[in-house]
Order: sequence, then C-alpha cells, then structure tokens
Amino acid sequence: MTPADSANTPGRAWIFGDNVSTDLIFPGRYVHLLSNMPELVGHTLEDARTDYAPNVKPGDFVVAGENFGMGSSREQAPVIIKLSGARAVLAKSFARIFFRNAINIGLAAIEVDTTGIKDGDTLTIDLEGGVLKDQASDIERRFEPLPPIMTEILRDGGLIEHIKKHGDINL
Amino acid sequence: MPMTLVEKILANKVGHDVRPGQLVMTPVDQVFAHDLSGPLAISQLRSLGFKGFKHPDKVRFFIDHASPSSTVASANEHKTIREFASEWGVELVDVGEGICHQVMMEKYVRPGEIIIGGDSHTCMGGVLGALATGMGSTDVAIAMYLSRTWLRVPDTMRFVINGRTPHGVYSKDVMLHIIGRIGAGGATYRSMEFVGSTIAEWPVPERSTLPNMAVEAGAKCGLCPSDARTLEYLTRQGRGKDFTPLSGDLDAPCNFEMKVDASALEPQIALPHNVDLVVGVTDPKVRNVRIHQIYLGTCTNGRIEDFRVAAGVLKGNKIAKGTRLVATPASRQVYLQGMKEGLWTAIVEAGGLVNSPGCGACPGVQTGILGSGENCLSTMNRNFKGRMGNPEAFIYLGSPATCAASALAGVITDPREVVR
Repeated sequence: MTPADSANTPGRAWIFGDNVSTDLIFPGRYVHLLSNMPELVGHTLEDARTDYAPNVKPGDFVVAGENFGMGSSREQAPVIIKLSGARAVLAKSFARIFFRNAINIGLAAIEVDTTGIKDGDTLTIDLEGGVLKDQASDIERRFEPLPPIMTEILRDGGLIEHIKKHGDINL
Repeated sequence: MPMTLVEKILANKVGHDVRPGQLVMTPVDQVFAHDLSGPLAISQLRSLGFKGFKHPDKVRFFIDHASPSSTVASANEHKTIREFASEWGVELVDVGEGICHQVMMEKYVRPGEIIIGGDSHTCMGGVLGALATGMGSTDVAIAMYLSRTWLRVPDTMRFVINGRTPHGVYSKDVMLHIIGRIGAGGATYRSMEFVGSTIAEWPVPERSTLPNMAVEAGAKCGLCPSDARTLEYLTRQGRGKDFTPLSGDLDAPCNFEMKVDASALEPQIALPHNVDLVVGVTDPKVRNVRIHQIYLGTCTNGRIEDFRVAAGVLKGNKIAKGTRLVATPASRQVYLQGMKEGLWTAIVEAGGLVNSPGCGACPGVQTGILGSGENCLSTMNRNFKGRMGNPEAFIYLGSPATCAASALAGVITDPREVVR
C-alpha cells in the first residue's frame, strides 16, 4: 500500500515530545538484533515510551514536536518505525538525516504543526493534498506537501525501488 | 556576488550560482561508510544488482564502531565489509586504524570537496573547508554508485568567534556554549560557518571540535576557512599539495550572525540528556556531581592535543577511588604519538586504562557501557539517554581538561586550577 492509496484511512496518534533522538528510536544496545528485524521492531521507540511498540496498529501515526530523529545517521531508526506499522511521522520539524532516511526507505515524514493533537486521537491525513484532520480535537491543518522528487520516491516505495525503476535520480 | 563558504563550494561543484533553499544535484568527491552503516549500504548495492563502482577510488569503508569486534554478529558484519571491499576494489580502513572522521581529516579530506559519510559526525570534515555531511546507508550507497547526490543549498549561520580563550578553556567549551545558546535544533538544515580571530589562531585539531559538533545543533555542515592554519596542518600530515585557500565572503548575505567572546567563557558542561542543556562548570547544578566513569576520546576530543592536556593533569596524581577512567585514542597516528610522548604511561600510572583506537565506549556497544544510575563525564559529542548503552545512566559532556580534573576529584571539577 502506498501513501497515495491510503490517503484518508484513519489512524491513531501516538504522541512524543521534542528532540526524540535516534538513540531513543533504536537504542544502540540492540545493534546485535540488526539481522533479526522482527525482534528489533519490538523495541521501536522503547526508550521514549514503552507502550508504543506492543500496541501500535498498522496505519497509526507517530506525532512529535521539534527536531524529531536528532542524532545518529542510523537508517534503521525510520526502518523500524515503518515496520512497526506507522504510516507516517508528523512533527513540527525533523533532524535532516532522519528526514532523508525516512523518505529513502519509504516512510512519509510530514512537517506540520502538531500542537493540540492528543494521544489516542484519530487522525486522517491526505499526504499529497497536504491536509491533516483530527476530529476529536477539532483540528484541521494544511501543510506543504513534499517536493515532487520526494513524493515520487515515496510512491515508488523508497530510493532503492526508485533507482530500480528509473536507473537514476533526477530533480 | 559575495558568497558564504558553503555556497562557494557548491557553486564550484555544480557549475552555476546557487541560492539557499534550492535543490541541486552535485558531484561528490568522496563517500564512506563504517561498520554500523556499511552493511546496509552493501546490501542495498547488492539488491540493485550492481557489480562494481564507476569510481572505486572515491569510496572507502571503515571498521571503527564495534572495533575490534565485540560480538559474533559484529564480527560477521566486519567480514561482510572486508569481502565487499575486496570484491569491489575499494579501500578498507580496518580495525586499529581509528575513527573514520579522524582518519578522514588526517589523510583524505581536501578543501573545497564534497564528502558524504554514513555517520552523523561526517560534518567534522568541514574543519578543512570541505562540505562534509552525514547521511543514512541508502543515500550513501547511491552516492557511492552514482558519485553524485542531491542536496538542498543550506542557509548559512555565521559564528564570529573573537578573543583568546582563558587558561583551561578550549574549543569544546566554545562549541558547548554555542549549542547551549542556539539549541539542539537551532541550526537544522543550515551551514554553520566559523570565523573570527579565535578561529584564525587555533590550529586545525583545536578547530575540529566545532564542525564535529555542528550536527548536535542539527546543522547539515560546519565549516572553517581553509587558510594558513590549514596549510600548516596539511603540510605536517605530508599533504601540503592538497591545500587550496578558501573562505566565505564576510559580506555575503546571511540571515543569522552570532558573536562569541571566547575570552569571557568558563569551562562548560552539558547536562543529561541533551547537548543543549549547557551550564558553566561553576554552576550549582554540577557542583559535587559524583562521577563513576570518565571517558576520554571520540572523534570530538580524541586527538593528541587532547591527551596531552589530560595526561598533563593526571601525571603524578591518582584518579579518585570509585571513579574509573577509560581513554581511547581517535587514530593509530594519535596512539603512536601518545606512546612516544609517554601519555599512556601517565594515564595508566594515574589509574586509568587505554584502549585501542576507534569509537570505543561512545556508541554504547562495547568497552565502557555504563551501569544503571551511574554518571559519566565524557569528552564525546552527545549525551542522549541510552547513548552509552544504558538508558538508566547519565552522561555529562566537557573538555578533556575538565574530564581529567574531575577524574582526580571524583566529582565534576573546574579544571582551571590544575591545568598545566
């Protein structure tokens, strides 16, 4: 399922704060699990909140404040968020390496004002149209959709699939 | 038209003027990955069905993070990298050579280059006037294959650092101070350009802590000018021919400029669990904070100059009971030089221990993982919860001098009275 197909499927909001580091998303102590993704995914965001990984459902949303994904360049951070079932990460701002990594592995990273969204709220998001709705908290916000090249990479399912299809990247 | 340093580097590479915010496709001069980012880059390259690089001379793999191997899993990842490097004909910088960023500075980075590394502290290469930036494994794999990548031209934040740092105050303190002022996301997507009389005076190794930690403020890159100090360093490293002068125009438009008076600073400490929680060493928040482990090393402060300062404090003294000190030189060159100067003897006689060159305890996978509830004071660049392998531990950051002085006292200590 690509982001475009599931434009208006509702999902639960999982709230996180500012400055969520890649060490919180993917703790270095689990580096030995790199070849055991199913088990590693069970530790996603564990040091930020322990109830996320056991309870997240496919199509849910990770919702955060400023500077999400700061720190290390480990690409497994967005990979395990994607594999945990989250359809997108919504944050006021992203650390740049995390942002690139997320798009490259096919996880939507959306810069949008997340103020007022409460944990457990049901969100509907039109990624390509740039609209976020949260009925429970009476929120409707527009956001700048991603640049065309990134939308295309996401639609292809990540950078590797994009290169397989086009043989190159062109802006 | 006047241009900032990052704009000059990019405009030169892409062959036309650039403006902040613009997306550009740029050639890259060097691309590298290490033992944590490399295996995924390799599997991506293999999954694409590629059989080799067009420019193998631009590609390099380092084994520095879990080095020497700490588990069967890491030993097998190292094996994957060694086999790949041999098969695809690229250079392997194996265990014992040191941390990728330190070795890149010593041997490979040239002013004006664009360098992509599979590690967030790749930005350290900016110390030699190169646009060096970290990316994830897939970006690195594709940059290795295409020898180009896309970048958004960053806005520049200019930091004008003037004055002579007081006795016992170093570039680490200046950078912690700057990050404390602008915040952990204060430079996100931007280029931090360091200029001023302090920068002009500092030799390259002292400068390198600034661009190294640029990512701790979210920056894409941190840049120092390529000037007389750069020539001096490259010449000492036997590569004076790699020098070209390069600096940003000080009248180039830039929407952020901060002045820092280095002469007015005291030693700085970052408190757990964020790099921007910065206080002076005399602040009551750090008074008598008990330290269980001191860690000297990393790409931030694992250079010979850092160990000279630390060993100078430790020599002839004893580390406090209940405090342990782990030292890890950043490269083979540092390790050998420290041996010749007797620095390791001073550290070991004081009660510390010295490990082989590499990332050591910093990534939290080996040689110095912290116990629950323990405090560590480290010369490293980040103190996030869980960084050194245990989310129940607390990491403080400071300069090598502050770390060494605190090792003797067993509590966070102002180094100004004991630095020689």
